[in-house]
Amino acid sequence: MTAVAVEKSAPQRTGSDAARKKLAWSSARFVLLMFFVLFFVLPIYVLLVTSFKNASETDPSHAWALPSHWSFDGWRTAWDEISPGLANSFKVAVPGALISAVLGSLNGYVLAKWRFPGADVVFTLFLFGMFIPYQAVMIPLVQLFTNLNLSGSLFSLMLAHVVYGIPICTLIMRNYYATIPDELVEASRVDGAGMLRTYWSIIVPNSGPAFAVVIIWQFTSIWNDFLFAVFLTGTNNWTATVHLNNLLGAQTVNFNQPMAGALITSAPTLLIYVLLGRFFMRGMMAGALKG
Amino acid sequence: MRHARARNWLPGLLLVAPSIILVAIFVYGLIGWNFKVALSDQHHDYDVGKFVGTENFSNIWDIRVWSSSVKNGLIFTLVFVGGALLLGFFLAFLMDKAIKGEGSFRAVYLFPMAISFVATGVVWKWLMASPHGKDASGLNRLFADLGLGSLQNDWYNSTTWTNMASLALPAVWQMSGYIMALFLAGFRGVPEELREAARVDGANEWKVYRYVVLPQLRPVLLTSVIILGHISLKIFDLVYSINGKSVNTEVPAIFMWQRVYDRGDAAIGATAGAYILLAVAVFVVPYLVWFVRSEKKR
Repeated sequence: MTAVAVEKSAPQRTGSDAARKKLAWSSARFVLLMFFVLFFVLPIYVLLVTSFKNASETDPSHAWALPSHWSFDGWRTAWDEISPGLANSFKVAVPGALISAVLGSLNGYVLAKWRFPGADVVFTLFLFGMFIPYQAVMIPLVQLFTNLNLSGSLFSLMLAHVVYGIPICTLIMRNYYATIPDELVEASRVDGAGMLRTYWSIIVPNSGPAFAVVIIWQFTSIWNDFLFAVFLTGTNNWTATVHLNNLLGAQTVNFNQPMAGALITSAPTLLIYVLLGRFFMRGMMAGALKG
Repeated sequence: MRHARARNWLPGLLLVAPSIILVAIFVYGLIGWNFKVALSDQHHDYDVGKFVGTENFSNIWDIRVWSSSVKNGLIFTLVFVGGALLLGFFLAFLMDKAIKGEGSFRAVYLFPMAISFVATGVVWKWLMASPHGKDASGLNRLFADLGLGSLQNDWYNSTTWTNMASLALPAVWQMSGYIMALFLAGFRGVPEELREAARVDGANEWKVYRYVVLPQLRPVLLTSVIILGHISLKIFDLVYSINGKSVNTEVPAIFMWQRVYDRGDAAIGATAGAYILLAVAVFVVPYLVWFVRSEKKR
């Protein structure tokens, strides 16, 4: 690309012409973006509308119409079906997210500020753990939990989530701690504080946002998980997603129950997204390995 | 001297030790154990599981459902990765220059990331209902109402490759907002001076993108392909919730589940799991090596 060629292809425009073009382009962009908003929101409309339809309202020509009679039957049945699962999901996701955050914080601290020989190797091996398909460990994992007498329990499910969450939590925390100036840690060391004292007095008080990111990330992924839940838990300990899947599997024509169920199941994570979207975003970006 | 240095790093190692042990056992130990099962003849619960070498790794290809599940998985991967990349990139491109309501657009495009594949499956199963004509509901009904009746199709019940392409659609819906966010960060990461310099040299906006911005987005593209690819190769929840264990849309992860639970064949199930792992490792390991190296340079 020579300079001459570039110059030829970019003739001088009058100012107003350029301004008009700019305006046209940003209007076009806005219209296109709105069109895609439709694509993303359409399923939500479907979920809401269908969930309030009566079980008898199955006429396909009204598929996209508002309910002719607003009914809560779907919601009631879905709630009865899914609420035990919601309790189980909370029992796994809340402690799971908290323990993950503590482990991630300790690991991240050491890997960022208190490195030991071979720390890079350990970090790389952790990172690979982030990508392993759980299918490759599932058969032995089930066997291991059976041997440990934990088979089918909520504890085994939480343990699995905590362990396989170590890599991502460590990564997020490490990247965050890398931004805390080394001088702060050094100063504390010079004052004679040991590793743990420094952690308590310097690192933890500066970790608020990172803890929020990790806890939200882990809570969301534990809550939304289906694979581990279906492999590792027994009937009484099924989580919300497993119950939702069962509710869906039982339906052929009538969707009001599973649609209501999908909304109920998604409510906690959607609520977090709406209230704490900023931290949710940060977790996602960190999940992309780019801190 | 050496003692003093060990005193410096040993506490750190001890603090990380629990995690190292857990990852060593649950990730690497269990992968090894899985290979041991895959290399055995444990085809029934009562089998002792004696070592048979790599025969499962070749015999599995004689199982028709396995080959077709691999094919299905590949079609899904192509459509999902390609679709999410294109849509995500396009959305980011549209949002690159300041636009009114940017925050709201982002929030809308990203919200599907907060919900589960199973919930996504619920609504897309309805949207992709296959009946045509007067029984049509879901998208087929919408197409008819909009005068786009020719777009009606069998979706995931199709007997051609479009069944897997249909199942990739909800995955694109769910993940392209994420790709948008990654690309947008990439766009914004290109220093304004670079763009300005090109403009001063007389490049028009199109050329600025083509020759200045795009080349800078290569790392983002790579990251996106890795993220989408590894999700795709192990996809399970979405396919399972929409179409159950139907052979027509069986993917490797569902094949594995079937062999283990419905047939009690741990050896073939473990072999399938091992193949999924290898497929992911082939491109993730070089990526991680590249990533750790480039981090060190920083």
